[in-house]
Amino acid sequence: MAKYVGTSMKRREDPRFIQGKGSYVANLSLPNTAYLAIKRSPYAHATIKKIHTRKAKALPGVIAVFTGEDTADLGNLPCGWNVPGIKVPPNRCLQTDKVRHVGDRVAMVVAESPYIAADALDLIEVDYGPLPSVTDARKTAEPGAPVLHDSVPDNVSYTWAIGSKEDTDKAFAAADQVVELELVNQRLIATAMEPRAAVAQWDSSKEEMTLWTTSQNPNLTRIVLSAFVLFIPEHKLRLISPDVGGGFGSKIPTYPEEALVPWAARKVGRPVKWVATRSESSVSDSQGRDHVTDCRMALKNGTITGLHVKTWANNGAYISTVAPLIPTALYLTLLSGLYKIPAIYGEMLGTLSNTVWVDAYRGAGRPEAAYLVERLVDLAAQKLNMDPIEFRRKNFIPAGDFPYQTPVAFQYDSGNYQAAMDKAVEMAGYPAMRQRQAEARKQGKLVGIGIGACIEASGPAPSKVAGALGGVTGFWESGGIRVHATGKVTVLTGAHSHGQGHETTMTQIVADEFGIDINDVDLVHGDTAVIPNGMGTYGSRSTSVGGSALVRSAEKMRAKLIKIAAHQLEAAVEDMVYDRDNGKVYVKGSPNKSKAFGELAFAAYTAHNLPDGLEPGLEENAYYDPANFTFPNSVHIAQVEVDAETGEIKIQRYVAVDDVGKVINPLIVNGQVAGGVAQGVGQALTEGAVYDDNGQLVTSNLMEYALPHADLLPMIETGRTETPSPHNPLGVKGVGEMGTIAATPAIVNAVMDALAPLGVKHIDMPLTAEKVWRAISKR
Amino acid sequence: MYTAEFDYHRPATLAEAIKILGKNKNSKVLAGGHSLLPAMKLRVAEPAALVDIGRLKGLSGIKASKKGVKIGALTTHAAVAASKDLTKACPLLAEAAAQIGDTQVRNRGTMGGSLAHADPAADYPTVLMALEAVITATGKNGGRDIAAAKFFKDIFTTALKSGEIITAITVPAYNNLPHMGGCYLKHRHPASSYAVVGVAAMVGLGENGVVTRTSIAVGGVTGVAVRCTAAEKALAGMAPTAENIAAAAAKVAAALGHPMGDHYASGEYRVHLATVLAKRALTAAVERAK
Repeated sequence: MAKYVGTSMKRREDPRFIQGKGSYVANLSLPNTAYLAIKRSPYAHATIKKIHTRKAKALPGVIAVFTGEDTADLGNLPCGWNVPGIKVPPNRCLQTDKVRHVGDRVAMVVAESPYIAADALDLIEVDYGPLPSVTDARKTAEPGAPVLHDSVPDNVSYTWAIGSKEDTDKAFAAADQVVELELVNQRLIATAMEPRAAVAQWDSSKEEMTLWTTSQNPNLTRIVLSAFVLFIPEHKLRLISPDVGGGFGSKIPTYPEEALVPWAARKVGRPVKWVATRSESSVSDSQGRDHVTDCRMALKNGTITGLHVKTWANNGAYISTVAPLIPTALYLTLLSGLYKIPAIYGEMLGTLSNTVWVDAYRGAGRPEAAYLVERLVDLAAQKLNMDPIEFRRKNFIPAGDFPYQTPVAFQYDSGNYQAAMDKAVEMAGYPAMRQRQAEARKQGKLVGIGIGACIEASGPAPSKVAGALGGVTGFWESGGIRVHATGKVTVLTGAHSHGQGHETTMTQIVADEFGIDINDVDLVHGDTAVIPNGMGTYGSRSTSVGGSALVRSAEKMRAKLIKIAAHQLEAAVEDMVYDRDNGKVYVKGSPNKSKAFGELAFAAYTAHNLPDGLEPGLEENAYYDPANFTFPNSVHIAQVEVDAETGEIKIQRYVAVDDVGKVINPLIVNGQVAGGVAQGVGQALTEGAVYDDNGQLVTSNLMEYALPHADLLPMIETGRTETPSPHNPLGVKGVGEMGTIAATPAIVNAVMDALAPLGVKHIDMPLTAEKVWRAISKR
Repeated sequence: MYTAEFDYHRPATLAEAIKILGKNKNSKVLAGGHSLLPAMKLRVAEPAALVDIGRLKGLSGIKASKKGVKIGALTTHAAVAASKDLTKACPLLAEAAAQIGDTQVRNRGTMGGSLAHADPAADYPTVLMALEAVITATGKNGGRDIAAAKFFKDIFTTALKSGEIITAITVPAYNNLPHMGGCYLKHRHPASSYAVVGVAAMVGLGENGVVTRTSIAVGGVTGVAVRCTAAEKALAGMAPTAENIAAAAAKVAAALGHPMGDHYASGEYRVHLATVLAKRALTAAVERAK
């Protein structure tokens, strides 16, 4: 019986966070630190004619000013996901010829204080030659649009397609009904609570660099920096990502500052620190979504027979580290949703524009797919005059069809969508909800109910598949266990916790693997000197891939413990039983003849009495390469009321039923769902990066960019169904992104349901009060 | 988020503060710091000197008399919102203060600081216009009272002269009179929580139930909050029926020429919101007056 797995333990890391004892990059104070600041472009698109640094250099307290000419020995930031035929324009750390978005990097200052560095930035004068700019995902691919890079003359960096066009065309030809939609999945600014930061220290005696950085994947970033940008040998480059205050994907990419800060530290011979301001984050952190999509769904006899999707995906001004993965293999492959759709064809253009680059953002591709599928499904139900739940049920993949092969590459591992719907309908009291809606409508109130029934592909990915799809690295994870002589345990993972609660979940897993007290187990992560190999945290992969690596590692460890116990109890290894309830090993049939975990640990290190040929010590490591993604799924039901006079929206209820396979810690899972729902609601109702006609980011601060506030949300009623993933040893599926994926369509569908009596079919997100008012009043 | 260099003064008395202000060109008064410091960190404001009056004695607190309530300029929004005197005598102001920003802002931000900043999306100016409040400013020649209608000149611009500090605000104790009611409603900006549109309404009812007094002010739509006299006149002497209130509210637009607009809310939408909120605020004010 598991002692910890499945229980709602409070997060073990939280006491330090809520007491202000977390250790973040910006807290690090090394002696003699110098401060770096980046001069950024005020233009969306301009040539750089000349950079005047004399005045800045003369300011007392300024140590150095560097331009792109000075940093010519730095490599360009590479693209780590090369889809076939991709044209990757050069992505320099500091620009020399042109700037291509507001916030693009032009020069940097190193000074005695951050204040002096900021003063010096104002003294750097840049002669720009302003150029016309374009920020729209689709317009940038039209003839005559301003060209960002000579090497990509049509602003289309890559294209990708999946499914059968022929079959899909046939499905539409044979359809008795077709619904279609042109929609925008708007650009979002990730806005992690902690802005990005970096501190670097060069040890000239050993020629070693240490870089503290706010990364979700320090090992991956180390490879990129070492091999492509800094050219410091990997074993002489140490990356430490200590406590990190949220990432949501924006801390996956390798950033120019992660190269410029160590470069400057080596150059000036002092530790160098850079901490982004919030406004700086808005114009330099990778952003999310930004799709323009034409899509249509074919129907025959009330079932979905075909889906056709064409998307223009904005990548921003440069191709970020894994940007091409997001709108290809994490987007078009999800178009089947929870539905049995015989023919699907999806194609996309990866475009460049004068905007901040786009990369993974919570959900990354999957929310974009779920949103369009769920919007079309609602429009289809409406057209067929069917209840949206009935229409969904009719088209769900039946529980008996798993593993289910979709027409868009993915093979879903397990699921029971009818059961998830049953649970959501029950929790929401759906029939009564509809009844109340009918009564409210009679009183002239605009009440709507919306469903988001969504699939996720989490836990990327089998390395072989990743390689075939353009990935430069694999997607395994490493898990290490060190049992110390006194029976205490250090767990090492290549995953990185920046809000997920790994210090709790991972130690719950390991404590149960051995049957020991969780207080004897601690997790280490985020330091490449301690964990030499890992892939980091994104794509809801840490537990399914990283946790599985720890299970494999524990299996190896138990095998060694059994060997020692068998030797000491003078029994055959095959006759031994590892008692995971009590943390001891005994001879089958004689539980009293046992060796406790602690005794065995001590014996392994004294090495006085080990079997012949067995090495002393207890250290194991395992690499786990997943056999498939996992496919968590959800049914969320939202009820909203729209103020008919003002267009304001109030969420009255929110029910979230998620199937994330086996659950390690229900409390953390509920928290992940609630946080995800909040972010999904944010996209639906309030968030959106707005660029003006000159390519200026209007929403560059939190006075303008509307993150969801607490008072926007009702209590989120969470529930679960459980179909364990059959292919990982824990039976788990990802949970980190589910809420974000399902909430957005659930809310938008609810608002559209509320407005249905007025004939409103669609409003693009965010559904601000004015947009809703205009739709209601037909202005 | 690093300010430009500035001098910092922390005078012990109001007179000293006024003296330092007069001596230092391009100096700014620092009270709660909730508007000024963010602007300085963005380097939108780069004052040469700050005169910190935050610790001056006698500038905060609320004193009620039969006819009016006097609020010290350093009184925080939280104190205004929680004041029993105001809740009794002038609840409209307390109701508005409770809707400013968030808890942290209300705990630090001061009434005088907000008024001196004169943000067109702030809540107080609208309420003070409706209440016909009086703002007391003190300079080297002593204090003077400025009517709210004359205080707000333009966006971020007031009638304060160089070297003057707001020391108090006086609002009428309207709620001590029989059959008076007020209401403040706003459409909060989803990011900043400022008023995209804010409407303050005050209504008095006569013995026979007809409207004897009306005061309506709208903020957030134009550069400074405005009184909507056409709407007020429309309700004068009328029975406060839903139809009459709606007809009067429709007239607030007359006072809202050249409305401001941005990416979140256009001028047209702001004017529309003002009419809807005016209708609702008047309706609530009438209910409270009954």
